Amino acid sequence: MFYREAGQFKTSYTSDQAIFPIRQDLWFIALVLLAAFVAVPLLMQGADDYMYQAVLIPFLILSLAAIGLNILTGYAGLLSLGTGAFMAVGAYATYKITTSFPGLDIIVVFILAGLVTAGVGIVFGLPSLRIKGFYLAVATLAAQFFILWLFNKVPWFYNYFPSGTITAPPREFMGVLVTGPEASAQSRYLLVLSFVTVLALLAKNLIRGRIGRQWMAIRDMDIAAEIIGIRLLPNKLLAFAISSFYCGVAGALYVFSYLGSAETEAFDILLSFNVLFMIIIGGLGSILGSFLGAAFIILLPVLLTNAPQFLGFAMRADMQKHIEFMVFGALIIIFLIAEPRGLARLWQIAKEKLRRWPFPY
Amino acid sequence: MDFLNAILVTPFVEIADSPVFFAEVAINGLLTGVMYSLVALGFVLIFKASGVFNFAQGIMVLFAALTLVGLMEHGAPVWLALILTVGVMIALAFAIERLMLRHLVNQEQIILFMATIGLAFFLEGFGETLWGSNVKKLDVGIPDMPLEFGGILLSSFDLIAALIGAVLVASLAIFFQKTAIGRALRAVADDHQAALSVGIPLKTIWIIVWSVSGMVALVAGIMWGAKSGVQFSLSLIALKALPVLILGGFTSVPGAIIGGLIIGVGEKIAEVYWGPAVGGAIENWFAYMLALAFLLFRPQGLFGERIIERV
Repeated sequence: MFYREAGQFKTSYTSDQAIFPIRQDLWFIALVLLAAFVAVPLLMQGADDYMYQAVLIPFLILSLAAIGLNILTGYAGLLSLGTGAFMAVGAYATYKITTSFPGLDIIVVFILAGLVTAGVGIVFGLPSLRIKGFYLAVATLAAQFFILWLFNKVPWFYNYFPSGTITAPPREFMGVLVTGPEASAQSRYLLVLSFVTVLALLAKNLIRGRIGRQWMAIRDMDIAAEIIGIRLLPNKLLAFAISSFYCGVAGALYVFSYLGSAETEAFDILLSFNVLFMIIIGGLGSILGSFLGAAFIILLPVLLTNAPQFLGFAMRADMQKHIEFMVFGALIIIFLIAEPRGLARLWQIAKEKLRRWPFPY
Repeated sequence: MDFLNAILVTPFVEIADSPVFFAEVAINGLLTGVMYSLVALGFVLIFKASGVFNFAQGIMVLFAALTLVGLMEHGAPVWLALILTVGVMIALAFAIERLMLRHLVNQEQIILFMATIGLAFFLEGFGETLWGSNVKKLDVGIPDMPLEFGGILLSSFDLIAALIGAVLVASLAIFFQKTAIGRALRAVADDHQAALSVGIPLKTIWIIVWSVSGMVALVAGIMWGAKSGVQFSLSLIALKALPVLILGGFTSVPGAIIGGLIIGVGEKIAEVYWGPAVGGAIENWFAYMLALAFLLFRPQGLFGERIIERV
């Protein structure tokens, strides 16, 4: 079974414009989804939650955030350093809505929280019409610091809880507990996975269509885009809104399905940078890249933390932390030098090679 | 109503009540502003010469201060430690050019920006691996006593810091305007290709620029470190330098200075007079909001070159 599109004839425009025009790609995605939805829960039945809690759930949630940022930065070309704050908006909105209306379905709550975040994103996206590039990045930093400060200072947001944290209350979906401390890792994983699958597919379709093309035109040169009749303000604001929606849902899942309870520190600027790293390393302007980048950034610290033990020498904890920082920084630089267009580009090259294999000429 | 009162009326009443205190707050803000300016200056130098938005500037401040303190803890006298640290910063500039910038020529700005974030991570880990991560006291022998001028209380340390900052800025200005290297730097800042074509060695210029910003970082590190101890939070002032840059314009040295002063004063006054009304700690974001409001009216900053775009 070779990786070829030869012999796969398209008889209609619809089939020609399918997301995965090559049949093998379609099978591959189906296989991955099958593995994620069925095989992983089955295999992990008896195992402890480490794999879920340390790798799979954060990977999926941060992939979602990375898709959100990629829509804004990779597709619409608007650099943002406020991802953490938008995720915080999603988390706090979910908390407020679900504690005010405990009867509301948690899925609906997540989506409502995403919409709230989209609104906030539009407000902070307003300056994007006049400024761009690094100036805009600093403007989004204003969002980052202001929003977190607001959540810290106004007790209404955390229901006047003395410690200032928000805690995920137990909520059920179709009779299964999916959030709160009692929910099993497996159910939380499946909830996150479903959200990520649906939203990733939506994003993929969004950027293939008219809206995505308009964004890319704006990214490549906004003045030229304006001249060919693309309205900048609505499109840029739409990019902010949709990107914030994704980040908001990711932030909601981050607290409700991953951390369980959180303060504003969980969403500080380091998180924003981490998500930015993900899309740069994964590849700007690529949905697949968001996943690859998230996997890289999540797995790297896990590997670095465990590496000394595997190699058989012990280190002082603080020393190890510093060396982790060094290796992380160095790897990012090396990576940028080796392949500035990210892991998605490597994947593409591999696919090109595979198409000719085993007879390259 | 109370809230509006606390925002719109009370602060002005307080200011009118005791102008001396207001002056004290403003001058304190100015002195903090000098520190911001120093960090922003390092940014501007690098941005002008190489178009790199150097996020690692804040960490360079920390790294320089850490190296200085570390050397002094190992028994080196102040002057020797200073010289050695300058040497380290120059070596660092060499290493950055050789290992990082050279390989990233012609990449997009965002890639270069990300690379400097990677550099920031690396330097932070490196500095703390070498010298440890606990808070260190830096004492370079600048006296710190209260002085009084016409009822306004000032610290002699702050005054000396401001003076050193002013001297540094003046000497940089002379360096840029009068020397051959300075002229070459300005040529590179103007147009890379044109500079190359008249025979200006771009790589040497980059090394010089990064070394100079390393030294500016050292001065900033000494000032901040002597005031509040050498610790990780030192690198966070780099984030404060960003609104300063926006206010002054990315490419303007005087802009960095004046922007720093405006932010320093504005932030202090807002915190003291308006902070209590909204629960305090507004220093964290006030600078950004000020810069943001400012951007809406002048996208290129106070002194930045006018942005002209063509299709």
